[in-house]
Amino acid sequence: MRIDARDMHYRELNERIREAVASGETSFELVNVNGQRYIGDGLRGEIEIAIAGVPGNDLGAFMDGPTIRVRGNAQDGVANTMNAGRIIVEGHAGDVLGYGMRGGELFVRGRVGYRVGIHMKAYRDKRPVIVAGGTAGDFLSEYMAGGLLIVLGLDRRPGEPVVGEWCATGMHGGELYLRGEVEPWRVASQFAGVRLAEEAELGAIRPHVEAFCAAFGLGSEEIMGGPFLRIAPTSHRPYGAKYAA
Amino acid sequence: MSRTTAESRDSKVESGRARHAQRTARAPVYRPSDFLWRRDADRCALCKRCVQQCGFDALTWENAPVPDPEKCVGCHRCEAFCPQRAITIEPNPQYLRPHPLWTESHRKNLWVQAETGGVLLTGMGNDLPYPIIWDHLLLDACQVTNPSIDPLREPMELRTYLGSRPDQIELAVGAEGPELATELPPNLELAVPVVFAAMSYGSISLNAQKAIAMAATELGTYWNTGEGGLHEDLRPYAHRAFVQCASGRFGVTADYLNSGAAIEIKIGQGAKPGIGGHLPGEKVSAEVSETRMIPIGSDALSPAPQHDIYSIEDLRQLIYALKEATNYEKPVSVKIAAVHNVGAIASGIVRAGADIVYLDGFRGGTGAAPTVIRDHLGIPIEIALAVVDQQLREEGIRNQASLIAAGGIRSSADAAKAIALGADAVALGTGALLALGCTLCQKCYTGRCSWGITSQDPALTRRLDPYLGSRRLINLVSAWAAELEEILGAMGVNAVESLRGSRERLRAVGLDRTTMDIMGVKPAGVGA
Repeated sequence: MRIDARDMHYRELNERIREAVASGETSFELVNVNGQRYIGDGLRGEIEIAIAGVPGNDLGAFMDGPTIRVRGNAQDGVANTMNAGRIIVEGHAGDVLGYGMRGGELFVRGRVGYRVGIHMKAYRDKRPVIVAGGTAGDFLSEYMAGGLLIVLGLDRRPGEPVVGEWCATGMHGGELYLRGEVEPWRVASQFAGVRLAEEAELGAIRPHVEAFCAAFGLGSEEIMGGPFLRIAPTSHRPYGAKYAA
Repeated sequence: MSRTTAESRDSKVESGRARHAQRTARAPVYRPSDFLWRRDADRCALCKRCVQQCGFDALTWENAPVPDPEKCVGCHRCEAFCPQRAITIEPNPQYLRPHPLWTESHRKNLWVQAETGGVLLTGMGNDLPYPIIWDHLLLDACQVTNPSIDPLREPMELRTYLGSRPDQIELAVGAEGPELATELPPNLELAVPVVFAAMSYGSISLNAQKAIAMAATELGTYWNTGEGGLHEDLRPYAHRAFVQCASGRFGVTADYLNSGAAIEIKIGQGAKPGIGGHLPGEKVSAEVSETRMIPIGSDALSPAPQHDIYSIEDLRQLIYALKEATNYEKPVSVKIAAVHNVGAIASGIVRAGADIVYLDGFRGGTGAAPTVIRDHLGIPIEIALAVVDQQLREEGIRNQASLIAAGGIRSSADAAKAIALGADAVALGTGALLALGCTLCQKCYTGRCSWGITSQDPALTRRLDPYLGSRRLINLVSAWAAELEEILGAMGVNAVESLRGSRERLRAVGLDRTTMDIMGVKPAGVGA
């Protein structure tokens, strides 16, 4: 189903998608999308949505299964509390991506903004994955409780850091991999440790990097050449000792 | 003296010495226990039940129960279950020299911090003697010229609706007369203007939450999941639940959002304004982990702010994300702690699209909070409620959202006064736990509740029968409902709707002029 979203309010756009899904439609092509929020919000099941343009905030919030591909940039709040599914953004994406994300994948070809992966979590077979091709802003993986976050640092300007400041603050679960160097002061050392990724760990992230590369037609060999830093919490109970018994 | 008792005295002395050694190693200062545990040896049948009942290991068995007064929290479980009525728990009279500034609790807290270097934790609501404004407000009654209504023979309307109301309604002429042409936003229908407050599975036991859910369903009102997800066993009661979405997003899925009657965004809580939640790993059992959808034993941290909400615009974004996820079929509530600028904040929340604003005053309870936060942050619900109601009226947006008042509602009188100050309904948290047996020992954060209310230990939680618990809650709310009818009748009105926001029916005694002005309440003695 093709929907021309030009001059259409998000409420009408999303209602048309929901109604079509209710009557069995599983494939959508949205064109002229220009800032409409909440596309894919709360949708469940095997659905494919191709978006031409720039979708608005909270793309794929609470989503549980569908696949979304954005031919353009995305704004803030992509994959907010997402439970399952896949979101592919061919351009850059904004702030607060993957907040409270519990499952599924988010691949962003370009840069991502501040507060990415806050409170991502894992549960049983659910393990959310975010791969960003470019760099990430401040507060990356803050309060992260589970899942996998990879920042590849591709297409950097000379001297441009892979990640901003306050990385891993409050982190108490999950893993973060950064490709490139990072100054130690960028990472909250009271919560997380930084070291070079080991062979087995690289083997474990390889399928995700390959899936990312496949999504954008990139070669994975040079990227997997690294170097990759692994950042992981030093405690699952970071605040355990803060309180009087 | 029987032989057994004499022996137990000896062993008591022995174990007392051992404990003293530990104590002196740990603390070079003297800290008297809060309580003394006494046993009438003549009455005691040595049945061991007290030792079995204690969730805090304050009693051990050495031929007879031996107390460790330092561990006794004064929850009275052992006393209640002693078949011989042989146990007495009383405040330790061994007072430190009284001092008006350095009270005993200040000194004891300071010593604990000197020992541990930690932030003090506590449970339930603020226990400091701040003024209680409810007790300075009196309701009007009818005499001679404005007859009262007899609730024994006149129908009284306690039914209340929560949600947004349109600014105006339009009627159309239909085949059988006038028809409503305006589409009404989703509203919740409450048989009584009392809901149960948000208490998560994790902070309270599943049996406690089940008792509340069953009671809400039977009473025709609502319960609230808190930020702990919805346990599979409580699905049958989901249509009577506010499902909460807070900063940790525990258990929040599209299914969860669609299963509830309403969705609540939790920004803050009266007991800990500005503070996030922290369910310690010890309380994240296998079942709690399933409901919250996090690994067993991991800390469940709800960060203090929701990191995607830094403005009213951001809040609006989440409100509408939730409405989109549920096809605009559920009212969205926003829960905040009552703080200084609450009027403007509530106005922003309503303008952001919330259908219900849940105000939690500084006396509201909690499963765990830093004591310093619980005892010193926030403002009273009485003032917050009056200010919010007034501001929303002045701005002409009061109809756009309903108000729930919480945080220290102790009786139907408090509820009636809250309604007169502008509440559409009140929420019952601490009151509900008291109905289930809680004695306010304030040790919820330890997870050792001897009454099985705030523990996750199966040996303790099985003590609470959800069915019997729900009967007690139904009794309580039914009693309040009957009292509310009496109050309405005495005031000469026959519906909760007619009392709501009717501050003219309140008078203040012993409140200062400024507080009365802020609350829009006249002093007693001033007529209409």
